[in-house]
Amino acid sequence: MAKLKLKAHHIDRDWCKGCGICVRFCPKHVLQLDDREKAYAAHPEKCIGCRLCEMRCPDLSITVETEEEGEKS
Amino acid sequence: MASVKEYIRERFFPHIWCPGCGHGTVLKSLITAVDQLGLSKNDIVMVSGIGCSSRIAGYVDFHTLHTLHGRALAFATGVKLSKPQLRVMVPMGDGDALAIGGNHFIHAARRNIAMTAIVMNNRIYGMTGGQFSPLSGYGKAATTAPYGNIDHDFDVVQLAKAAGASFVARTTTYHAPQMVEILKQAFTHKGFAVVEILTQCPTYFGRKNKMGEAPDMLEWFKENTTPIGSQAKQKNPSLIERGVFVAEEKAEYCTEYEKVVERAMKGRE
Repeated sequence: MAKLKLKAHHIDRDWCKGCGICVRFCPKHVLQLDDREKAYAAHPEKCIGCRLCEMRCPDLSITVETEEEGEKS
Repeated sequence: MASVKEYIRERFFPHIWCPGCGHGTVLKSLITAVDQLGLSKNDIVMVSGIGCSSRIAGYVDFHTLHTLHGRALAFATGVKLSKPQLRVMVPMGDGDALAIGGNHFIHAARRNIAMTAIVMNNRIYGMTGGQFSPLSGYGKAATTAPYGNIDHDFDVVQLAKAAGASFVARTTTYHAPQMVEILKQAFTHKGFAVVEILTQCPTYFGRKNKMGEAPDMLEWFKENTTPIGSQAKQKNPSLIERGVFVAEEKAEYCTEYEKVVERAMKGRE
């Protein structure tokens, strides 16, 4: 299987309630809360596309868009 | 996966659940399971009762019924018997399912009618202000138990097994990938399926019992649960087991009812 590469984190700021679940459990510490307590991708280059943030987000506000490495978008 | 937005009523978002409430994770996993199974939205009926958890029916774009407190399974039984081709899902809270609806719960399990009962167990009545529920547990604090709860709790899995449910499983909101797999099995099971999902209520249960914020409560699920039959369980019997406890074939209620109709109508048409 080709390796997954991150394309973008889509985080709906209106839906995010800043609970911090995505921040705590991201295995690569990609996400952080900003000064308004909304999640954002502070280190997108470290993302491995595991989608655990997307799966656990109780506000349905995160979508991780990935593509296969080498694929042209 | 298709966008999650195809399965929800977007106009009601952001949802009313508190920051960090596990019910949103259950909603997300449920939608993922439906999407992965390729089920049609028009073939699904979601019937819910009253409580924070029961608000889930308002957010999904299936056929939905928001009914009486504890009586969701009774309404669902009516829906399933009249339209057995539809897939019925019944999300309930711990109080809704096992206190107010305790009788409906055990009898639906006994009949083995094909539907999925999802018990979103946050161990408290959140919507009404944090009263203890039959799942809170001995010694836990709640608004109505400021000096500690003296009620012992149910074990949902043991109860469902004893009542005759033909599919019984448990998982938590921390284990979201496992939740998706278990829900997929439950949705395709031909019989009464009970899925207990341990979910966090940081606003009441977490705060009253000093369990920290939502991520701390997820850590608790991670540290205090273990797969069925693991070695860790033998070493530490207080761990809560998760996984599929029962998955058996058993005569299903609607199928049996159809046979009764056939027998009764013999030679009359």
